[in-house]
Amino acid sequence: MSDEVAIVGIGMHEFGRHDGVTGMQQGVIAVRRALADAGLKWEDMQFAFGGSAAAGAADTMVSQLGLTGLQFINVANGCATGGSALFSVYNTIRSGVFDLGIAIGFDKHERGAFRIDTRSHGLGDWYGANGLALTTQFFGMKINRYMHEYGITHPTLAKVAAKAFRNGAANPMAWRRKPLSEEEILESPMLSYPLTQYMFCNPGEGGVALILARADKARQYTDRPIYLKAAAVRSRRFGSFEVLAPSIAVEHNAGPTVDASKAAFEMAGMGPEDMDLAQLQDTEAGAEIMHMAENGFCAHGDQERMLHDGDTEIGGRFPVNTDGGCLANGEPIGASGLRQVYENVLQLRGDAGTRQVPDEPKTAYTHVYGAPGISGVTILAR
Amino acid sequence: MPTRKAVADGVFTWPSDEPRLLGSRCTDCGNHMFPVQSGCPKCAGSDTEPVELDRRGTLWTWTIQGFPPKSPPYLGNDDPATFEPFGVGYVELPGQVKVETRLTVSDPAQLQIGMEMELVIVPLTTDDAGDEIVTFAFAPAA
Repeated sequence: MSDEVAIVGIGMHEFGRHDGVTGMQQGVIAVRRALADAGLKWEDMQFAFGGSAAAGAADTMVSQLGLTGLQFINVANGCATGGSALFSVYNTIRSGVFDLGIAIGFDKHERGAFRIDTRSHGLGDWYGANGLALTTQFFGMKINRYMHEYGITHPTLAKVAAKAFRNGAANPMAWRRKPLSEEEILESPMLSYPLTQYMFCNPGEGGVALILARADKARQYTDRPIYLKAAAVRSRRFGSFEVLAPSIAVEHNAGPTVDASKAAFEMAGMGPEDMDLAQLQDTEAGAEIMHMAENGFCAHGDQERMLHDGDTEIGGRFPVNTDGGCLANGEPIGASGLRQVYENVLQLRGDAGTRQVPDEPKTAYTHVYGAPGISGVTILAR
Repeated sequence: MPTRKAVADGVFTWPSDEPRLLGSRCTDCGNHMFPVQSGCPKCAGSDTEPVELDRRGTLWTWTIQGFPPKSPPYLGNDDPATFEPFGVGYVELPGQVKVETRLTVSDPAQLQIGMEMELVIVPLTTDDAGDEIVTFAFAPAA
């Protein structure tokens, strides 16, 4: 596939807790930073896709950014909201309708685990009444089964979290910026066996905006365009094990991450071996481990050795979650997938500061996963 | 006199001496579903019939809910001072479906993937009228 679409501007509002600042304001700030990065004005934006899960309708932000009359479409797709906005901008440019647009994601959630509206998920009230409407339970159950099948150990879970907080400490945009030892992580309260408090990310706040342009016009806006080689979103198929499922089939299917990953690699004409680094959904430490294999970067079970050898550290053979991932950044649902792409643009530009992956990486991969069983993947290259 | 009421109608047979979960079976491909639903996710067919699911199965995976779920939607005890962790798992009913369920056991040392489990009815909370609200769970099989 030829280079059709490029990222020419990136902007982010710090992730974390920001009392007195609405989620939408954080989105507006991210947009202004992306415009400044690209040297563009809001009036230059021909179209926008944007969304949040809990912080309002994205298109209302035009009253703060400027009433230019642009096409602005709201996206609501759970944890893949940001990824779906990006996918939509990407395909709108590929279709030839417009050649310069923006993807926006932002959010602001209450403290504690996500409160699930069971009816909006198509679930009976009894499901929540029984104490089953918790995404955290799914992650505990999926990694518990995975550890049983593939011999992953508890200390390896702690290694993932320790890496995340180490990388987060080097990221000025991250929420959790204090390194934690593997012992502190293992000894923190057990929230959903085998996962402890510091192995889980928290719902949080933040915003990200990405400006995309037709590739042959990208150099009008930046001397360092980053090309979007692929963007794919997939939902679950029969037999996959997904979050918020009152039942699952007896037969097994690999799940939407495997499908989205394969589709993205096919679009890009590349394979896992061509990627220099990756941001993988790490809602909790076990998710990063499982997603390494589901995205094709290793065989099931190899993660035990890879984490032990430091393969996924910033200086390792295949760095994963270089910005600290969800664990260090928290999860503002609408913004989370775009944060991963923001980080990959920084890494490919060579602008990632003290957490820069060495040897000038040329390709980078992102993966988001969320309810009710949806995955989004992008592949970037410079 | 207080009575024991099911948390919802149509989820399990109640009252019953031998309660069973209520699901659906696809009349085209035979796929089993829980809870009752009108369409089949396997073959995309739209004809299903009610079915009472098996009462015994094996533990496919599990976790322990270590903190109080938010209420709403949770109906059980959400007071951090007195909350008791509870087990949650998927029990595979052979040839039918894996159902998500509370477990009567919450000690990791007493839970092993593959162990035999059976359906029981357990108290969840008490309503304003003083009636006990009950729900389904799986317990290690006797």
